[in-house]
This record gives sequence, structure tokens and C-alpha cells, in this order.
Amino acid sequence: MEFFVFVCAALMILVGAVGVIARSHPVHAALSLVLTLFGVAVLFVAQDAHFLAAVQVIVYAGAIVVLFLFVIMLLGVDRVENLRTEPLTSQRPLAIIVSLGLIGVLVAAFVRGSDALHERGEGINIPDLTTGTDANTTQLAESIFSRYVVAFELTSVLLVIAVVGTVLLARRTKTVVAENPK
Amino acid sequence: MIALSLVPTASWYLILSAVLFGIGTFGVLVRRNPLVMFMCIELMLNAVNLSFVTLARQLNDINGQTIVFFVMVVAAAEVVVGLGIIVAIMRNRSSVTADDLAVLKG
Amino acid sequence: MPLAGSMINLVFGRKLGDPRAGWVATVATASSFLITVLAYFEMLGLASEERSHVVSMFSWIQVGSLQVDLAILADPLSIVMALFVTGISTLIHLYAIGYMHGDAKFSKFFLYLNLFVFSMLMLVLGENLLVTFLGWEGVGACSYFLISFWHTRNSAAVAGKKAFVTNRIGDFGVMTAMFLAFSSLGTLSYGAINESAHSGALAPVTATAIGLLLFVGACGKSAQLPLYLWLPDAMEGPTPVSALIHAATMVTSGVFLMTRMSPILHASYEWAPTVIAVVGAATALYAATVAVAQNDIKKVLAYSTVSQLGYMFLAVGSGAYVAAIFHMVTHAFFKALLFLGSGSVIHGMHHEQDMRRMGALRKVMPVTAFTFIIGWLAIAGVPPFAGFWSKDEILLYVYANNRGLYVVGLITALLTAFYMTRQVIMVFYGQAKWNDHSAEHGAHGDLTPHESPKVMLAPLVVLSVLSVVGGAMQLPFGKNFNFLERWLAPVVEESEAHIQDTWAYQNKYLLLVVAIVIAAAGIAASIAVYSKSLFKVVEPKVLEQAWYYDNAASRVVAGPGAATFNFIAWVDANIVDGIVNGVGELIRSIAGSLRRVQSGFVRAYALLISLGALVVLAWFLLRGIML
Repeated sequence: MEFFVFVCAALMILVGAVGVIARSHPVHAALSLVLTLFGVAVLFVAQDAHFLAAVQVIVYAGAIVVLFLFVIMLLGVDRVENLRTEPLTSQRPLAIIVSLGLIGVLVAAFVRGSDALHERGEGINIPDLTTGTDANTTQLAESIFSRYVVAFELTSVLLVIAVVGTVLLARRTKTVVAENPK
Repeated sequence: MIALSLVPTASWYLILSAVLFGIGTFGVLVRRNPLVMFMCIELMLNAVNLSFVTLARQLNDINGQTIVFFVMVVAAAEVVVGLGIIVAIMRNRSSVTADDLAVLKG
Repeated sequence: MPLAGSMINLVFGRKLGDPRAGWVATVATASSFLITVLAYFEMLGLASEERSHVVSMFSWIQVGSLQVDLAILADPLSIVMALFVTGISTLIHLYAIGYMHGDAKFSKFFLYLNLFVFSMLMLVLGENLLVTFLGWEGVGACSYFLISFWHTRNSAAVAGKKAFVTNRIGDFGVMTAMFLAFSSLGTLSYGAINESAHSGALAPVTATAIGLLLFVGACGKSAQLPLYLWLPDAMEGPTPVSALIHAATMVTSGVFLMTRMSPILHASYEWAPTVIAVVGAATALYAATVAVAQNDIKKVLAYSTVSQLGYMFLAVGSGAYVAAIFHMVTHAFFKALLFLGSGSVIHGMHHEQDMRRMGALRKVMPVTAFTFIIGWLAIAGVPPFAGFWSKDEILLYVYANNRGLYVVGLITALLTAFYMTRQVIMVFYGQAKWNDHSAEHGAHGDLTPHESPKVMLAPLVVLSVLSVVGGAMQLPFGKNFNFLERWLAPVVEESEAHIQDTWAYQNKYLLLVVAIVIAAAGIAASIAVYSKSLFKVVEPKVLEQAWYYDNAASRVVAGPGAATFNFIAWVDANIVDGIVNGVGELIRSIAGSLRRVQSGFVRAYALLISLGALVVLAWFLLRGIML
């Protein structure tokens, strides 16, 4: 069963990823991204990370991609990009080499290190699903708010700063407004 | 069905995340539209999240998921700021690609 | 102290004006003299082996294996030098207050004088060759400043340049010697160098090379053949300058250096000191012959200085270091006295320097005349004045070493007596010739010479006393009287020639009498020629023109010399600079091509970053696989 889920989700992910990099229209790329994110959320569920799956859908697919689409629409940056030409020569071949190389290195690393992965018993056991519907959330919450509470607070500060900074960045200055008397 | 008895091991997930990461890298290097470049970066982040969750299950450690939690938060903040910058730069120019922003030419 | 005086005069000189700036400078020098005297008495209290102290002020150079401190060596030799340097400087400072009265650049003069004394003290008190060299260069520079002090006069400016350039040639010798010493011994410190020379660790070849190179430097500074050219021309400077620098102190620094490095000369080949002795003797004779025909009162004294310095080097070359130092000190006394006296005459004659226009001045300037006569008797070698004892000591050692040079020394002594007597007669006796040309001097009206002010006469008196009693330092009458020899023993003992069992030593009283006879003969001959007019005056032009040496030298330097210099300058500008600039150009072009990597395209940067990351990851992976 898990195998079937894995295959479907993997297909969704890969199709979406290729769509992101291959579609010339940015809106199409954004929609492909949503497909990928859904696939990842499915895999999260398959890995017993229920809370994260929910967060993935809500935050990533729901907020971030929507933000992307807002910007695309509002700025009118929806010109179709000409993917046939590449002004920087040797960029594409080198990019292919880099990405294939990365994949290769990572896979090699995983294969080599797979022995170290099959040691169970490290850390806290994930409670069985039968002990409570929110078992995963509970455990995650316990971890965040006890061991990593400082990091938690800092990230909330980070969010505030990001919001404030962006508002400042994107503000229209007075001269621009004055330029359009109509 | 083909082999329902096959259980995907952790390696499969990890390889998938590696492939996703590679695709994301390729996209960043090749696409010229800044927003699409950003989306490819999101792909890479998701690949990393996937591998963390996989390892969390593999090692029976909740810390992997905690990390993913924080990665998501930071990614959200990063997207916000990045889009703000793009908006600020591209407000007055309609069609801008990453190649037009070559002010740092040496 | 003199450095402080110099700095004060530098800053406040104009405001202090004449004569207070002069007093500042004199006080500064006098206080350093007092300090030296105190050090001397303190040293007297120590046993003779302990009399060498090194005071290191700070570590000056520390590069690789070269460690040079700014250190001061206080031992018998340096204290002797410091004593008479500061003592005579004080007297001359006092004198100069009167002499330079009314000059527009009064305070600047004293600034330079103090700076000079400071440099000279560095020179004699230095613990290693580099500190001495610092002082060496300093006195050269100050000498340049002071010779061309009245720089508006073309001849003065030219003379200053000549002095500096000739000195530079000598300095080249000193520098090369320093490089040699460092490369062979790894140190520039006198203690270490002399130690190794004593113990035989220094090869004769190296010792000879170092010794002779230092002698080249000494030739430049102490005006020996062939680098003596600058000294007669240096008379363009004010008389106190001539007295201080060119009679008593700077020109003796060459002798000092030779004495300081005496173990090196002792460790070199047999013929090396002989070379020095021959050069010294030749210079002495040559200068004495020229002095016979000079008409400028200061030029006579200048050539006389060259001649007496030749005596000192003759002594050094014969192994008689004590005698050389002895003669240096006595010479400082009477030559300074003579120069200051001539300055007094010049001052009284309203800056007239030609002796043919003087005469019978003893009636008008009695004190000057009296002190000048004492100086004359000292230099001519008449007992019991100081010059007699020191000259005799030198001749004694020379006779034991080399009879031929002894004869040369005797002839020079004869000539010395001769020309000095000539000078005294022309200036102070005979008929008064200054009225003959008074009409030519126009605006001054009646050119009646007058005696000089007391501030100028006082030093003259002091120096004349010293000229009389200075001989007591080293009398040849037996062990009880040779103070100087015993005082300097720790420094020069091993290199001093031992002549106790030579014929010369056993018959030294006979040689003493010979010296007296020679001196008397010279004086008598001179009186016969110039005063009584018994014989005709023989002053051939060749002597007056210094054997045309000066002209020959200038022709060589201007002709082939200039061509060589131009060639070397061309090499420097094109080849040496070309290499330096070439390296710069090469780096520029490399940077220019590398610059193009910064294309400004973000994606190119991203590509490079990811390539780098890939490489790093692969490296870690491979490392893991290997292990």
C-alpha cells in the first residue's frame, strides 16, 4: 500500500518539478509548484508526519504560492519567457552537469550511509497511531516548546522583522504617487 | 499489481529528494524570470524537508520534524522578503529578467 | 644634551636671537662635558679590566639574524674621545658667540653646531658599527651644512657639496666593511668583532678587507690622499666651524675608527698596516709642502691639519695606537687654538684673510698674538709644549717600524716648523701691510685692526694652557708618566706594537734630541727667509696650486667620471626600474583578464557557487569512501 502511495506521490512531485522549470509562463510554473507541494504533503503523511503535512498544505501551498501569484498578477510579470535562447553561453550545459553531479553525489552519499540509517532505537519513539489522534502533534509540540523554545521565539521575531521589512521595501514613495495626477 | 509487497525503504525517499533537489538547482541556474527562480528555490527547500522527515522516521527521532517546522517558517519569511525586493526592483519596469540586473559588472 | 640644545634652537632660535641662542647651545655642550668628566672619574675608580660598559638604549634593528641595538660603549677610548670632543666643543661654542655676532642666521648656526656635537658623540660612543655609522653620516651632513653656512656665496655652496661628495666615497668604504663584517661574523658589535679578531676566528683575508675598507672611509673623513680635496675648500665656512670640525673632531673620527678596530688591523696581513702608514706619511709630506706656499691664513692651517692627520695615520700604521690618540688630542688643542686665533685675526681685520695684507699685528692684538705663538710652538714641536711629546712618540714608533718612513716623518716635521714660523712672521711680525690697501676697502674707512672681545679670547687662553701642559699625559721618561698608555691599555693592548727591545726604544733620548734639532732648524730657516730676508723666498706656483692635484681630479670626474655616472644612472632607470615596473604591469594585465569573471550576471555567480558546492561535497564523499 505504501508503495502505491509512494509511486503516485513521486510522480506528482516529479511532474510538478519538471513543470516548474520547463513552463515558460510563470503562472503555469506556479501551478506546477502547487502540484509538487501536494505530492510532498502526501509523502509527509506517509512518513507519519501528520502535523507537517497539514502545515505544508496550509503554509506552502496555501500562502506562499498564493503570494507568488499575487505578485505575478499585480506586477504584470507574466510575459512569457523565451526559453529557447540562452544569453549566457555554456550556462545550460554547465547547469546540467552541476545538477546531475549533485544528484549523483547525494545518491552516493545516501547509499554509502544507508548502513547508518537502519539503526532503530535512537531518540524518541513515535507513538503509535492508536494512542491518540494528535500523537504526532503532541510530540512535536513537546519538542518545540521545551528544547527549542528559544529558536521558536527567535523565528517569531524573524517573521515580524520580515513583515516590517517587506512593507518598507515595497512602499511606494511620495514622488511616484505625485507623478500620476490622474 | 506489480509488486505490492515491495515496501519503499528510506533510500527511495532520499533518492527522490535528491532528484528533486537537482531539478531545483537546474531551474535556478537556467530560468531568467526572477519569480520562477524563486519557485525553484522552493523546490529545493521542499526536497530538503522531505529528506528530513524521512530520516526522522528512520531514526525514530522527532527532532527531524522539528527542524522541518522551522525550515518552513524561515522559508515563508524568506519568500516574503524576496518578493518584496522583487516588487521594489521591478515596480517601474515591466519585463525584467535576472540578466538585466547586471549592475555589479566588474 | 647637545641634541636637546639643537632642538631648542630649532624651535625657538629666531626668537631667542643673538646672543641668547648661542648661550643655550654652549650650556648644552658644557653640560655634556661635565657629564663626561663625571663618567671619567667614575671609571677611574674601577679596575682596568672592568672599564668597559655597554648601555643598550633600545633594540634598533631586528631583522632575521641581524640584531643591532642602539647601544653606547663607555670604555677608556670612548671616554677620552668624548672628553676632548665635548671640552673643545664647549670652548668653541663660547668663541662662536662672539665671532658670529651680528650674523643674520645666528641661531641656525648654533643649531647645526649642537647637532654636530651630538653626531660626534654618537660616533665615539657607539657600541657597534651601525651606531658609529649613524654618527659618521651625521657629522658629514652637519659638516655640509656648516661649510656652506654662508650659502649665498657660490664658493661656499660648492665647497659644501664637494665635502659631502668626497665623504660619500669614503662612506661607501665603511658600508662595504660593515656588510663584510656582518656576513663573516654575523654581528656589527665592536665587542664581538674585536673578540673574534683577538681569538683568531677572523681570517686574515677578511680582516684585511675590513680594515682597508674602513681605512678608505677614514681617508674620506680624515682627509688623506686621495680624498683630502675637500678640506682646504672647507675653509669657506666660518672659522669656528673650521676649528671644531676640521681641526679637532670630525677629521679625527677616522683615526678613532682605526683605533677602535685595531684588533682587526692586527689580525690582517703584514702589509695592510704598512699601506696605512705609507698613505699617512705621503699625505703628511705632500700637505706640508703645499702649506709652505699658501697665502690664506686658514688654508695654511687646513693643509697643516691634513699633514698632522697624516702623522696620526702613520702612527696607526706603525702599530702606535696610543701615540696616535695622544697626537690626536694634543693636535686638537693646538690646532683649535690656531684656528680660533686666526679667526680672531680675521675678525679683527674685518674679514680679511690674505696674509700678505697683514703684519705687525702683535702690537694691536696682543692676547691673540700671545696665544697664537703658544700654538705655533706646540705644533712646531718645541719642548716642553704638548706637540713635541706627541710627535716624538710617533716618530719613535715609526723608527722602530720602518726607517724610510721615519725620514719622511722628519722631513715633514722640518717643513711643519718652517711654514708655521712663516705664518707667524707674516701675520704678527714684520711690517704692517694693512694700511696699504685700506683705500680699497672703501666704506670701512680706516682699516685699523682691533683686538677681539673677551668672549672670544677666553677660549684662546684656555686652549693655550692645554697646549702647554697637555703633553703631561704621556711622557717618555719612564713607567710613572705614561698615563695615557696605561689608560688605553685594555682597548689597544694586544695590537699595540711592542718596541721595548728595539734599538729605537733604548735610544729614545737620542731620537728626542734629533727631533728638537729638526724643529729648531725649521724655525731658524724660516726666520732667515722671511724675517731677516737672508735668503730668497721660494714659493713655487706648483706648491701653491697643490701640485695641480685638484685640477686633475676635477678633470677626471668631469670627463670619464661623468660618463660612468650617466651610464649607471641609465642602467638604474631602465633596467632596474624596468624590472620593477614590469612586474607591476604583469600583475595588472593578469588582473585585467581575471576581471572579466565578474560579469555581473547573477546566474553566472549562482553557477559558480553551485559548482563549488558540488566540488566540496564530492570531496567529502570521496574522503569518506577512501577512509
